[in-house]
Amino acid sequence: MTMLAQTERGARSIRRLPDLTTLGILGLLLLAVNALLAVFGSAIAPHSAAELIGGGAFGPPSDAAPWGTDYLGRDLLSRVLHGAKYSIGIAAAATLLGFLAGISIGFAAAEIRGRFDVVMIWICDIFLSFPSILLALLVIAGFGTSLPVLILTIAFIQLPRVIRLSRAVAMGISTLEFVEVARARGESLPSILGREILPNSLRPLAVEFGLRMSFAVLFISSLSFLGLGIQPPEADWGGMVRENLSGIYYGALAAIIPALLIGLLVLGINLTVDWLSGEVPKAESQDLR
Amino acid sequence: MLKLILLRAVLGIASIWVISLLVFAITDILPGDTATAILGQEATEESRAALRDRLGLDRPAYIRYADWLANMVQGDFGVSFATDTPVAQTVSLRVANSLRLAIVAAILAVPISLALGLLSAAFPGSPFDKALTVGSLLVVSMPEFVVGLLLVLLLAVSFKLLPAVTTSLDTSSLAGTLRGLALPALTLLAAVQAHMIRMTRAAVLDVMRKPFIEMAQLKGASRGRIVLRHALPNAVGPIVNVVALNLGYLVSGVVVVEVVFSYPGLGLLMVQSVATRDMPVIQITAMIFCTTYVLLTLLADTLALLSNPRLRDAA
Amino acid sequence: MTFLDIRNLVVEGRTPAGEWLPTVHGVDLSVAAGEVVALIGESGAGKSTVALAAMGYARPGTRFRQGQVRLAGQEMLTLPPSSRRRIRGAQMAYVAQSAQASLNPAMTIGEQIHEPFAIHRIMPEGGVRQRVAQLLTRLDLPSAAAFTRRYPHQLSGGQQQRVMMAMALTCSPSLLILDEPTTALDATTQIEVLKALKAALADNRGAAIYVSHDLAVVAQVADRIVVLRNGRIVEQGITADIVDAPRELYTQQLVEAFRPRAPAKPAGSIDNGAAALLEVEDASSTYVRDRLFRKPDKTQNVLNDITFDLRPREALAIVGESGSGKSTLARVIAGLQPINGGRVRFRGNSLAGRSRDRSREALRAIQIVLQSPDLSLNPGQRIQQAIGRPLQFFFGMSNAEIPARVAELLAMVGLPADYAGRFPSELSGGQRQRVSIARAFAARPDIVICDEILSALDALVARQVLDLMRKLRAEHDVAYLFVSHDIATVATFADRVMVLYAGRICEIGPPAEVFQPPHHPYTALLLSSVPVLRLNWLKETVASNAPRPTQGRAWNGVGCPFHARCGLAVRGQCDAAPPPIRQVTKDHAIHCHRSIAELSAVGSSSCVA
Repeated sequence: MTMLAQTERGARSIRRLPDLTTLGILGLLLLAVNALLAVFGSAIAPHSAAELIGGGAFGPPSDAAPWGTDYLGRDLLSRVLHGAKYSIGIAAAATLLGFLAGISIGFAAAEIRGRFDVVMIWICDIFLSFPSILLALLVIAGFGTSLPVLILTIAFIQLPRVIRLSRAVAMGISTLEFVEVARARGESLPSILGREILPNSLRPLAVEFGLRMSFAVLFISSLSFLGLGIQPPEADWGGMVRENLSGIYYGALAAIIPALLIGLLVLGINLTVDWLSGEVPKAESQDLR
Repeated sequence: MLKLILLRAVLGIASIWVISLLVFAITDILPGDTATAILGQEATEESRAALRDRLGLDRPAYIRYADWLANMVQGDFGVSFATDTPVAQTVSLRVANSLRLAIVAAILAVPISLALGLLSAAFPGSPFDKALTVGSLLVVSMPEFVVGLLLVLLLAVSFKLLPAVTTSLDTSSLAGTLRGLALPALTLLAAVQAHMIRMTRAAVLDVMRKPFIEMAQLKGASRGRIVLRHALPNAVGPIVNVVALNLGYLVSGVVVVEVVFSYPGLGLLMVQSVATRDMPVIQITAMIFCTTYVLLTLLADTLALLSNPRLRDAA
Repeated sequence: MTFLDIRNLVVEGRTPAGEWLPTVHGVDLSVAAGEVVALIGESGAGKSTVALAAMGYARPGTRFRQGQVRLAGQEMLTLPPSSRRRIRGAQMAYVAQSAQASLNPAMTIGEQIHEPFAIHRIMPEGGVRQRVAQLLTRLDLPSAAAFTRRYPHQLSGGQQQRVMMAMALTCSPSLLILDEPTTALDATTQIEVLKALKAALADNRGAAIYVSHDLAVVAQVADRIVVLRNGRIVEQGITADIVDAPRELYTQQLVEAFRPRAPAKPAGSIDNGAAALLEVEDASSTYVRDRLFRKPDKTQNVLNDITFDLRPREALAIVGESGSGKSTLARVIAGLQPINGGRVRFRGNSLAGRSRDRSREALRAIQIVLQSPDLSLNPGQRIQQAIGRPLQFFFGMSNAEIPARVAELLAMVGLPADYAGRFPSELSGGQRQRVSIARAFAARPDIVICDEILSALDALVARQVLDLMRKLRAEHDVAYLFVSHDIATVATFADRVMVLYAGRICEIGPPAEVFQPPHHPYTALLLSSVPVLRLNWLKETVASNAPRPTQGRAWNGVGCPFHARCGLAVRGQCDAAPPPIRQVTKDHAIHCHRSIAELSAVGSSSCVA
């Protein structure tokens, strides 16, 4: 009976990682390099972020400034290395925060159901009907911009989506028979969530974490590009694109390099996500004969 | 059926109302003293008190909110802190510009990406599909401003085909309008298109794994018939959602793209107002963006409902 | 004349690890024109794979390695795709197991029945309409135009299945592939569909391959039976020979597993005078969807006024078709589903509605085993953790004590001790079901609720698990609540049988009494619908019975829920008031408006076992 065979495969694949693909390896490598940059970037930077090294604005690559200088004559490489911690750190912190809160609420809603669930979903839907960039603009208009405001805002923007997704994942698992058996045994809510549901939802949650993380990187970069994120003299990669924008007309790399780095970072995340979610398994790609 | 749509509409209006509450709370109550915000730190206590009195700032917040909402509904959006001119005037010009941009992008993006997404799903694993997948993944991985930047580098700096910025839109001639719109619209198009192709493809492929597709194959149906007659009608709901989501996303994308090209639209206005904390302008721009977004979502929900025979007779 | 000829067919399947391993190892099969050949075997035998190969089709994740498939002289496997498309749906057609999944939800059934014409254009448009109407009539479906404008979800399961058959028969194919066409249906629906199918096959005069795991069903329609196991042919022969004189050991076991057994005699060990272990009084339950301001709607009850008791060491079978509320009842007793009215008492003490609110002792005493061996064990936990958790939870056993006890429990259910270190995915379905049973017995329960624990297993494995349950009951002082759709099987094993219909009790009593008149008209219908491994069972049953409406009018919530389908219904009585309870003997009660004398007189012809 083929129906049975399918559920069997489904149950098994809950935990198995897909085979590594070339693109998957590339994604993981990009992620690893970026993680190293975020942690050690400031330490290995030859100059401080604000140091003027001479050679003028948009200077060409030299010994002192291997990637040239920016619009004020600062070392571009050093600024890129310093900026990594903002671009990656803010996104990671905000996503992590949004995830911890979102999974707790989403899982609880799925298991408790009833009014708690209905009200949570209502609230989520209302916030989802709010374009995220506008929410951020409003918050920044109200509170001004600062590191905590940025992290909390992005985390909050992530929250409704994470709640909805983790609730859906948990709902799917919580009707499976092994969870029913645990419930009939009288296991407590934390035990059911922690022992039965969480371990079996790691993969979809990891995929969602990747998607949310890539959203956060794009988001903080955009905010900084709009001049509402990290404030000078510090700059994340998005901010560096903004401040060096005029250099583009002189053919300077100062705006292009951080822009490409953002692209590579998000590409790394997206490739990893595609690998994790097992896009187009070979068996499905049969032709329609 | 009608009941379901009405329910969505009521929920939509409720969302807009909650949004207005939020907008008011953040822009009016949170920042502290509005009189200081308008007159600046140097103003004397007397002049501030006089302004407070004139604007009715001493009244309780809920009365001010009711007042604000009533004015808003009647089209009275107040006076800009920064320019001291009525907000309505500035905004209406900007709305028209933003709409031009968004509509041009949408008209191009929707048919192209649906067609590409469908083709890609009809031939999964083919070189065309792979190229499209990788290409759209690359674009999705870049923020809109990076896409815009690369286009500027290519079309404005290297080949000098188009202007790099559009500080004012010349609407006197079609050629002028299109020239000014071209780069911003292309950027938006690229950003939205990649998402739409990926999601359309996923929605159709999801249906293609269903047993009734195998059934159609075993009835001898051709590939075209399977995709168009069997898979597509079942993917309409998800695809409509994809389109709506991305049209809604245009709303966000517009903000960034307008800044990249200094395009005189609503998004640029809002970003500038946030920087100067020009609250009346922020309030109305936020409300316009959110209402558009909610209406688009409502439209998509209705279309998705209509496309599903099961939901159609649910009520 | 050979119409289909399959030679040395080898099909490979892709494992999750990406290797290609053969699943069908060199099968030879030929089908003569007009012949109905059954492919029978357990899951994994390769029946569907072979049947689909006849259409030159390999499912995603499988591929043809070698062999020939010649259909009317054409080689299907090497035919160009476009030519193959011209044959599919015209000369050969496919009927899938689940019509619900295989009918396109966004197309009307009229469009879908019509589609093969649209693709193959083998008939002028005028003839098509006539042909469709004729097919619908032949398959006992309404032929009115209004019916063809419906969407699949507006049809019952049995209707959907017959629509799919109509779709397959539109072009009068010379070869029909039927892939478990009645497996997903209830017994009383299955017999209707089988009847229509048999008539349609005779009408079509084409050949057919009938894939099934159910020997009793296959014996009714097939001319010849081919027994498959693990991708190889074990034995083949004409139906009568396979059923009456199987040569191979495996076939003999299979035939034996489908032989009817006599209903159990009440076991002597049950003490009728003892206090009831579990009492259910007027229990009602509703599925409520989570809404903020909505109260449960009483007319949508899944269970209505259920009253019965369970005695110590008794095996009580709860029998019914889908929608009868049998699983809901099991879930209510296990504390998984809230109760809206009435109460459940264990040893005289009222039980809380939700398991979370029950005492540790009550939780320990009532254990549940569920249907699906694939889903009832956490895929991320080793067997040791699965069985060890109740030991720790109920008895506070330490990590040092658990392995020894787990080994004992594994031995008890007939599994080696080293299985404790395995993951569920490394076990077969039957083994996983044994682990679930061991997990339930780890709590030293007084009552074990078994919710359809055999229905996902192959016939032979199911028999073994049933024998295990019988053995465990003898060894431990335990009572069973055995929920099942299969009245014939549970009757061989239960002390009492309770028949549910639409959330109400029809009848309760010892199997030997329930199987004989007087019994409830629904029980009679159910019993006569269970396929029996006997050559002319279908013909005889269809002939001997009065009309058997599968589709009754919607129940008004007032009278007897079965009245719309009941041949004995009295207008103005059965649809107006709930049926009275008629006590036949001390343990045997029938809920019916008809008197016991009337029921004795009418029901006698429909008895089977």
